[in-house]
This record gives sequence, C-alpha cells and structure tokens, in this order.
Amino acid sequence: MRSYEKYFRMNRLPHIWCPGCGNGIVMKSIAKAAEQLGLDQDNTVIVSGIGCSSRASGYMNFDTLHTAHGRAIPFATGIKLANPKLKVIVITGDGDCTAIGGNHFIHGARRNIDLTVILFNNNIYGMTGGQASPLTPTGKKATTAPFGSVDTAFDPCELAKAAGASYIARGTAFHAKPLVDLIAQGISNNGFSLVEAITQCPISYGRRNKMGDAAGMLKWMSENAVPLAAYEKLAEEQKGDKFPIGVLYQKTAPEYSAEYAKVIKLAQGGK
Amino acid sequence: MSQARLMQGNEACAEGAMAAGVNFFGGYPITPSTEIAEIMAKELPALGGTFIQMEDEIAGIAVVLGAALAGRKALTATSGPGFSLKQELIGYGCIAEIPLVIANVQRMGPATGQPTSPAQGDVMQARWGTHGDHPMIALSPWTVRESFDVAVMAVNYAERFRTPVIILLDEVVGHMREKVVLPKAEDIEIYPRRKPNCTREEGYKPYTPMADLVPNPADFGTGHHIHVTGLIHDETGFPTGSSKVTEDTIQRLHQKISRVQDEITHYDEFFMEDAEYAVLTYGGTARTAYAAVKMARQQGIKVGMVRLMTIWPFADKVIKKVAQKVKKILVPEMNYGQLVLEVERAAAGQAAVISLPKYNTEIFTPKEICTAIEELATEVVK
Ligand SMILES: Cc1ncc(C[n+]2csc(CCOP(=O)(O)OP(=O)(O)O)c2C)c(N)n1
Ligand code: SF4
Repeated sequence: MRSYEKYFRMNRLPHIWCPGCGNGIVMKSIAKAAEQLGLDQDNTVIVSGIGCSSRASGYMNFDTLHTAHGRAIPFATGIKLANPKLKVIVITGDGDCTAIGGNHFIHGARRNIDLTVILFNNNIYGMTGGQASPLTPTGKKATTAPFGSVDTAFDPCELAKAAGASYIARGTAFHAKPLVDLIAQGISNNGFSLVEAITQCPISYGRRNKMGDAAGMLKWMSENAVPLAAYEKLAEEQKGDKFPIGVLYQKTAPEYSAEYAKVIKLAQGGK
Repeated sequence: MSQARLMQGNEACAEGAMAAGVNFFGGYPITPSTEIAEIMAKELPALGGTFIQMEDEIAGIAVVLGAALAGRKALTATSGPGFSLKQELIGYGCIAEIPLVIANVQRMGPATGQPTSPAQGDVMQARWGTHGDHPMIALSPWTVRESFDVAVMAVNYAERFRTPVIILLDEVVGHMREKVVLPKAEDIEIYPRRKPNCTREEGYKPYTPMADLVPNPADFGTGHHIHVTGLIHDETGFPTGSSKVTEDTIQRLHQKISRVQDEITHYDEFFMEDAEYAVLTYGGTARTAYAAVKMARQQGIKVGMVRLMTIWPFADKVIKKVAQKVKKILVPEMNYGQLVLEVERAAAGQAAVISLPKYNTEIFTPKEICTAIEELATEVVK
C-alpha cells in the first residue's frame, strides 16, 4: 500500500473518469498534499460541486460533501464557520467555480475565509459533454460554440486576487510533483486559497480542438506552462499561449472565522 | 423570559428558533423577513452562535446546510423572491436528509410583485417548489405567540425527521405586534441532534433508516468519514444507479413523514359543535376570519371555523371530518385560490367548497368574510 492510499476510499475506486482524463492526477496530488501535511482525516472535510471533477470527493477518505452545481463554496463556508477547527478543501470545476458558482467564488475570496479551493480547470464542461465554460479560451470550440468561442475567458487567479484571496497558485497535471507542493501550501495558508490545476479533458475538449489525446494535451502543458519568474521575463510577443505557474500571489490578511470569533468574544463581554 | 413583552411575529420566530437551539443563521436581506436576520445578527454571538450575511439567497441556504452538517441547528429566513431562489437546495436538504428551518415571510408576487404587500401566495410553492418527489412540512402561525411556538416546533421536527421544515409566515403575522408571555426555557422541549448508533468499526452506515425510518448521519468532524450527496444514495451514503434503491428511497422519504401525519397535524376548531358551515383558514387571514365568524354567529348563522397550523402535509383527515359535518366550507386566502384546491380534494364532494380569494394588496376585513358567510347561509345548496 502506498502511504497516501489511506486518504482514498479504496473500495470506491476505480473512478468513473474517461481514460486519459487528468482529474485522477489532480486528485492524487491532493492526497499526496494531505500526506505531506499529515492531515487529520477526522478534522478535514472535502466539499465539491457538480461536474466530473467534483466526483473526486466521493473517492477521498474524509468527511466528504458532494453539493449542488456551483454551490460548494457556500456549503464549505457553513462548515468552516460552524466548526472552525475543521480544515475545509473545496474541489470544483471551471464551470462550477466560475460560471454558476462565480459569485460565491468571489465572495469566498472577499471574506478570506480559510478554505482551499482546488479548481480543476479543463477549460470545458466535461460532465455534460463539452459546452463552453467561462474558462474556455476565445476561439476554442465547444458543442455550444461550434464556430469557436467569441467569449473572453476569465483568469481565475487574477479574479481571486482582485476579490481578496490570500494565496493563489497555478499548476498543471503535467507538473504533478510541484502541484502537490502548491496544494499543500494552499491548505497551510490560513485564509482563502486558490490552486488552479490545469488538467486535460481529452474527450470533451482535446478532441474537438485538435489538441491530440491525453499525451498531446500534457505535452501542450509542458510547452506552455512557465514558472512565474521566467514568465515575467518574457516579452509580450513571446507569451502567446504561455501561462505562469507556481505561487502567483500571497498576502497576510484577517481570516473570516477568526474575525467572527472576535465578534463572539466581544458579544460575550470580552471573556 | 416569562414576563409579558410587546413583540413582533418575526421577532417571536427568531426567539423561538434560538430557544429551540438554533445557533447558526445565514441569509440575505429581504422585506418583510429582514428583522429575523437582524435579530439573529445581534443575538447569536452572545450565545456563542454564528450569523453570516451571504451574497444571495442560494448561498444563504447553502451556508446553513453546511453548518447543519457540521453539527449546528440552523435557520435561514427570506421572503417571496428569495424563497424562489432557495428551491433547488430545499430539495437537496430533503434528499441528503439535512435538518434545516426556512422561514418564509410571504409577500405579494409573482416576481417583485407589489412590494411588500401581504399575501399567502407561497402555499403551493412551499409544497411543490423544488423539483422531484419529496414530502414537506410547513407550519403557519396566526399569532405572535404562536410564531414562537411554531419556530420551536419547526426546529424540533427538522431534527427529528432530518428534513427541511418551512415556517410560512405572512406579512400580517410577521410585522404585527402583540403582548406575549413566552414560555420559560426549562419548559421548552428540545429534540437533540440524532447521533450514530454505532462506530465505523462496527459497520456504521450513515443512511441506514432507524425504526422511525429516519437515518442518523454523523455530524462532520466526528470521525465517521461520511459521504453526503444530492444523488440518490444507498445506506452507505454513496450514489447508486439501482432502480430498487431509488424507489425505496423516495418511498421512505415520504413514509417517514406520512407515518406521523396525525401527530404533526396541528389545527384548532372554533364553534364547530353545531356548525352547518365552516370557514377553513390559516395564518394572518385566520384572525379576520375569527372576527367574521363571531359576527355571523351573532346573526344566528351556525358557522364554525377550522384553523390550520400545519399546512403541509395537508390535513386530509381533518377536512374530511369537517366536510362530513357541514354543508359548505368557505376558504378565504390572500391569493388567487391555492389551499382551496387541497380542501376541495380532501372534502371529496361531501361539502361544497367555496373559494374567497383576495389578491389586491389589502387584507380581508371581518365584514367581507362575514358577508361571504351570510351568502353561504342564504344560498340554497343545489
Ligand atoms: C443547476 C444546474 N445546472 C446545470 C447542471 C448541469 N451540469 C452538470 S455538471 C455541469 C458542468 C460541469 O462543468 P465543470 O464545472 O467545468 O466540471 P467538469 O465536468 O468539466 O469537471 C453542468 C452544466 C446541473 N447539474 N445543475
Ligand atoms: S468528460 Fe472529460 S473531464 Fe469528464 S471524465 Fe471524461 S475526460 Fe475527464
């Protein structure tokens, strides 16, 4: 047995994902981060929305909650505030997090409540068969953008930063080892953390956009993901499809549940 | 607590919830329910409880569902438009069997409607607003004091049956002030959070129904590593595509409430002993109806009144008995005629059922209802 296996419900595996799907890599990175931190399974809750990626909660051996589409963050907020000693990790897809759940995402970040959001970004609605998401790049094809998307995509990391998140990182399924560290740091941060994990959906996105199979998509990640410091040195015309990875932003800021604990103390006469 | 106080229905609702152990509130402001949130914001911290104003009503119910799963007794409060937004997650509470109370202080719709005029237009939405089949408990108080009692009852039912319970207030009761004497804390019965009946090692399954058909899912953070989902799941809590489990689950969800239907059907009767006619009423309208029935009695009309506190599950048996006794049943409601459909169904032709709808922003006057009673009594039954 591998040492991180205790963080999986082995009797619930194998998972339902397609061959070549990147979700398994990201999920394993979460388990490895849990192992790295020695996360207490009795005091960690995993909360997910709805989508292929959100099915990961059922495979992980903690208290787990598979909510409704887009609503993982407010459910997680309730859990954290109800019992602030719990570590709460949110698993969400790009549609789940930034379309239907977009408002909750920015308000979670604004509160800087201690949640770690792992955004499985496959640039598409995987579960429902390949419709465009707010993270589908302009020009890419989806079943609902057969001529290529005319929408402009969000940068979820910039969005979280502007909204008030205190730890923001981006990794990829190709760079699996550094992804573990990025997630572990996110979980350790006492505040709202976003880890955007770029992952491949060969079935509903890669095929339609001629990006090849899973291997081809991972290769694309290896060629285009650039560590932040190196990315910042690139000239604008060199950037193209390239994107920065690593810890993108960090700050210290008051954490919501700790701030609310002060309110309780005050109301109880400062005891 | 036992001194007489002048208070509002909304305030009594908030106090009742806290008296029953509610220590978590999440919501979004909307008139005429906002006082409930404001009271909670002010009072809960001193009790060690938590208040959070969310970004919308969907987040308002989501945060409360999360808190309930982590062990808190939780309340959210809203009104018409916000009640509509909460519907998907009310269904989530039903299927995942999460205790939760939703206070809906009804206002006139649809949409922004005629803000914030009184109405009783959410009666059917309370029953059928979320998609799919599920039972529902909805309670509607008619006095300030009863708003307190109904809140206590709603919290207890939510815990006992592990299901969302709706308090259907209306603007009349929510904003009305009355002098009330609240019960002492020690006289209030509180249903405690259900606990797992065995450990993980002993093969604990969080969704195994107990003898009362209600399961005991563990609170998060108690070491049971449970999985909660809005998908149809078996006793382990994990999703299954089995048609047998699906059928059994939907059936059990209904039966856990239907088996106690008589016990949770609360109503009262006035002047029914010799009644030939009945007014069937609920909520704020019942107050006017009561005055109207007394006026009609003074004219010698043998009319009684049945006032429902439990709106859902519907009091079929009560109505059936009334229908066997009287010739006609008048149903005044501040809507286009909603609960009257249920009364008709339950009366099953044994008495004539007459709708008296009102949907012009004004509440009924006793005279109006009394006139309708006079018409009942003079019209020959065909
Ligand atoms: C309220 C609601 N609207 C729509 C859906 C249908 N739906 C399920 S998953 C999904 C999109 C999932 O995409 P994403 O969040 O990117 O996750 P992925 O499947 O790609 O991991 C949609 C639209 C739903 N379940 N609930
Ligand atoms: S549809 Fe895409 S995201 Fe979903 S399991 Fe298949 S490959 Fe993975």
